[in-house]
Amino acid sequence: MRGRAPSSNVIGWLLVLPAAVLLVTFTHFPTAATLYHSFFSTAKPSRPAVWVGLDNYRNMVEDPVFWQVLGNNFWYTLATIPLSIVLAMLMAVWVNGKIAGRGLLRLSFFTPTVLPMIAVANIWLFFYTPGYGLLEQITGLFGLPSHNWLGSQSTALPCLIVVTVWKEAGFFMIFYLAALQQISPNLGEAAALMGAGRWYFFRRVTFPLLMPTTLFVLINAVINSFRLVDHIVVMTKGGPDNATSLLLYYIYDVGFKFWDAGYAAALTLVLLIILAAFAMGQFLFLDRRVHYQ
Amino acid sequence: MKTRALETAGAWLLGFLWALPLAYAVWTAFHPAAFSTHFVPSAPLTLENFAKAWAAAPFARYFVNTTLLVTMILAAQLVLCTLAAYAFARFSFRGREIAFLLVLVQLMIMPDVLIVENYRTMSRLGILDTLGAIGLPYMASAFGIFLLRQTFKTVPKELDEAARVEGAGALLTLWRVYVPLARPVYVAYALVSVSYHWNNFLWPLIVTNSVNSRPLTVGLQIFSSGDQGVDWSIITAATLMTSGPLLIAFLLFQRQFVQSFMRAGIR
Repeated sequence: MRGRAPSSNVIGWLLVLPAAVLLVTFTHFPTAATLYHSFFSTAKPSRPAVWVGLDNYRNMVEDPVFWQVLGNNFWYTLATIPLSIVLAMLMAVWVNGKIAGRGLLRLSFFTPTVLPMIAVANIWLFFYTPGYGLLEQITGLFGLPSHNWLGSQSTALPCLIVVTVWKEAGFFMIFYLAALQQISPNLGEAAALMGAGRWYFFRRVTFPLLMPTTLFVLINAVINSFRLVDHIVVMTKGGPDNATSLLLYYIYDVGFKFWDAGYAAALTLVLLIILAAFAMGQFLFLDRRVHYQ
Repeated sequence: MKTRALETAGAWLLGFLWALPLAYAVWTAFHPAAFSTHFVPSAPLTLENFAKAWAAAPFARYFVNTTLLVTMILAAQLVLCTLAAYAFARFSFRGREIAFLLVLVQLMIMPDVLIVENYRTMSRLGILDTLGAIGLPYMASAFGIFLLRQTFKTVPKELDEAARVEGAGALLTLWRVYVPLARPVYVAYALVSVSYHWNNFLWPLIVTNSVNSRPLTVGLQIFSSGDQGVDWSIITAATLMTSGPLLIAFLLFQRQFVQSFMRAGIR
């Protein structure tokens, strides 16, 4: 007989342990520490951090920039998501069909996905440059007056939204493409026999069948809209007058330019609550309403 | 049919718009500055912009840093996620369900948003401005664990038992039975991970402050926002250079890339 083999309990935990240590250190612990530190003032060379209770939160409520940033993020999320989802669906349907130059189109749509956001932002920055950027040259052809696209309050955020949609639509396209390829061609043939138009077929058959993919894409898009601010660092630095600052960018500003760790922790907690709320919503609400095959 | 023609035209217009920024960047980078906004077919081609960019900043060092960083993260992820995924897929241990839920938390709360506290941790560990500090928060990847767990669950139990009967222990079984069967998933995960970390910017920007540890993305940002003025030809050349290896790899292995992103996405 062999010696007693180590129990499943021991092996299981030993296997999980290395990953668990890192996850706890860099995800769970910092999450808890964010909450804890949000009740403290920021340490200064002359004065260590002290307990200030809800002061950071009180400051937050009275901070007009915070509300502006939250509003920016709201509009940014609200605009980028439907736009990129609709475009992604459209791209996928086109590229899945028998369209001329299919390979080239697919390449064109997907390439932005593999480029670093920071590189993309540099290219678009040039694109938007007042005076001699490509956009100005095109509008100039039509005799329109010169406009500082990234420098004015009204157009800066929409400009960033365009960049995000451009970067993400192709990424979402491939998930729709995968889903479309799962749909049996018989369905389309049957519908055509019964005289259903292509739009009708899309609306009544394809679209509902794509629902699980849409849910997946939606969650990804929401997370991305709160997670990715690289283009802001490059293109606008949150300006003009915070018109393009998003929540994470503001956290970066407060935490690493003003070095106000206490306030940054309070802001981070708001971001974590938003992300957690989306996670909850996904489990409780959306999952049930989505049609699964 | 009329609508078909209209649709094709629409698709091509969108495709053209999507290709435009990159095409524009390529034009600017490969032509002398005088032609950067002057589109004539007779414009002379040049590599001078690349040479100037290469000479103006320590891009060679940045390339080395990014390569090391990406390799280090991927290696750690593959080992850690494989072990954890194997445990979650095939061992029943006390607290498994809760532990797995706690892993999944990272899918929503990614290291990208915990910058303030993770910076504090790195500072306390005394490893600020090192490649390790950039990589550590990403090494245990919930996404990798989830993906591999799903894959390992589809491995027939008989194969596992057969290996055990031959006297293989847990780790040997994992290595001989599970890892080979999950190969396509490993390839997919590796491609996604490499592109993610090649492109990652905000966290490396925060924890690095010297040439010794800066990855390409941060180096590019410092270069293009520095005292280069607005010589766009050189900046676009640098931009293309930094995304070059990934872009070329993508163009060569387009199918694998698309399939990997697809495979990694469908969970």
